[in-house]
Amino acid sequence: MKRNVAIIGGGQTYHAARRHDVDQAEMVNEAVRAALKDARMTIDEIDLVILGNMEFFEGVHLTDCWLVHGSGAYGKQGVKITTGGTVGATAVCAGAHHVASGLFDKVLCIGFEKQEEGDTGAILSGVANPLWGRSMAGAAVGYFAMMGSSYIANWGATEEHSAMVAVKARQNARKNKYAHLKLDITIEDALNSRMLAWPIRMLDMCPASNGACAMILADEKTAKARSKKPVWIRAMETAHNEQFELDWRDVKTERLIFSKAAAGRLYRKLGVDDPAKYFDVFEIYEPATWAELIWYEDLGLCGPGEGFRLIEQGKTNIDGPIPVNPSGGVLSTNCIGASAMLRVWEAALQIRGDAGEHQVPKDVRRAMTTAYGGTNWTVMTALSKTLED
Amino acid sequence: MENKTEYKPFEVDQHLTAHGNYWAGKAGSRFFTSLRDKKKLLGSPCKACNKVFWPPRSVCTFCFGELKDMVEIGPLGTVETFTLVTYSEPIQPRTAPFIYAVIRLDGADTGMAHFLDEVEIGKVHIGMRVQPVFAKDRKGNILDIQYFKPL
Repeated sequence: MKRNVAIIGGGQTYHAARRHDVDQAEMVNEAVRAALKDARMTIDEIDLVILGNMEFFEGVHLTDCWLVHGSGAYGKQGVKITTGGTVGATAVCAGAHHVASGLFDKVLCIGFEKQEEGDTGAILSGVANPLWGRSMAGAAVGYFAMMGSSYIANWGATEEHSAMVAVKARQNARKNKYAHLKLDITIEDALNSRMLAWPIRMLDMCPASNGACAMILADEKTAKARSKKPVWIRAMETAHNEQFELDWRDVKTERLIFSKAAAGRLYRKLGVDDPAKYFDVFEIYEPATWAELIWYEDLGLCGPGEGFRLIEQGKTNIDGPIPVNPSGGVLSTNCIGASAMLRVWEAALQIRGDAGEHQVPKDVRRAMTTAYGGTNWTVMTALSKTLED
Repeated sequence: MENKTEYKPFEVDQHLTAHGNYWAGKAGSRFFTSLRDKKKLLGSPCKACNKVFWPPRSVCTFCFGELKDMVEIGPLGTVETFTLVTYSEPIQPRTAPFIYAVIRLDGADTGMAHFLDEVEIGKVHIGMRVQPVFAKDRKGNILDIQYFKPL
């Protein structure tokens, strides 16, 4: 990068299925105030505001314009971003690019979703190709069901393995005061939950949450002057696939699909040989349990077909050698426009040692985060505690 | 002019229907219940900026201060700008002709568009004084003010 970029503050709302007490601007404002307080900054100091949410999920366009009093963007330079589930990470990525370019020193990035207010299922069907896919489109469950089905058939995993992911996420969420689904569930509970589309059961899927996250990025000089615990953005990577390229569901594919392509490029940038050793914690985008197992493999935390062994052996537990989603992840909280940003912010909290009850016990110096946008593309962000890490 | 093709261009018809329900929040909830139950209009004052916002809000657009109080504004107001709509489309809320006017309520610093009825277009002018006509069956909607009319 042309200039080093640090995360110097952030904040989030409490995430929940119902936020009847606030309108969208007020909910966004909660996260923005939390981020400014964390960074010990005022809104006047911010040069640029980047706002992102899932396009038309609340049935409103131009959210950057009409949430201006909530976001604090009045009179400032600003950009609205919509890239699907990835959008929160894209907002951070775009913010980091703006700082790295030298044109901006202090950038506020915001991701939000008030899912209860819109017809999200109907709008999500608009993601499907109108010529070929939309007449069959439902919401996201079917996508991940196909993924799980392929995973079981090819690798010999069982429903118990997805149940382990379901339990890990919700038990971790119980340690995260901001998480939505703080469920004290067992493997048996997950296996007995309602079947939605085989092999996806109710507890295999993320909830529909309301919430927001905001982060403040700054250049090196500002970060060192203003922050006691800056967290450095070391590398970012994105890659796209095509909607009808079915390889992403064929878990045995040897083609370079988006997740593997982006991870490979990011690792080359940083000189990573063994990501499971290089990174101390992972925050990944797993709207469904099976997606987490596939991420293990796509990220190279294990070999192909070995993802379900990692969860079986407890390696990705909060106190395991490769902690994945100590926050409870997307499976526990999915306010979509904020979800991918929450991955980056939660990873930053782990590096700062500020994650509270869900802080992983081992020393955290490097973290890796991922996002899904329509499952055809990804944004990955690698963070570190110092510029020497 | 359409491009010439060796095939007959084919069109695929698709529809999306999306419903929304919007929580009005800290300021909006008080505004709509007051309008529905008392026919009283509320604005949000910012003491630091010496401004009163309509529609109400809980954060000052200008200084980012949190706005917790609300004050009664209007019901009389002033036309700030207006137009006569003379074309009809399915998207229009009414059949033409009808008048749109931006009304600034007394005591408020910002205006909002609404309908202006019971007036000949030739008599409408910027600065015209107007009053709201409230709906009899009010539901907590901005159309609980059916329209404005001249004093």
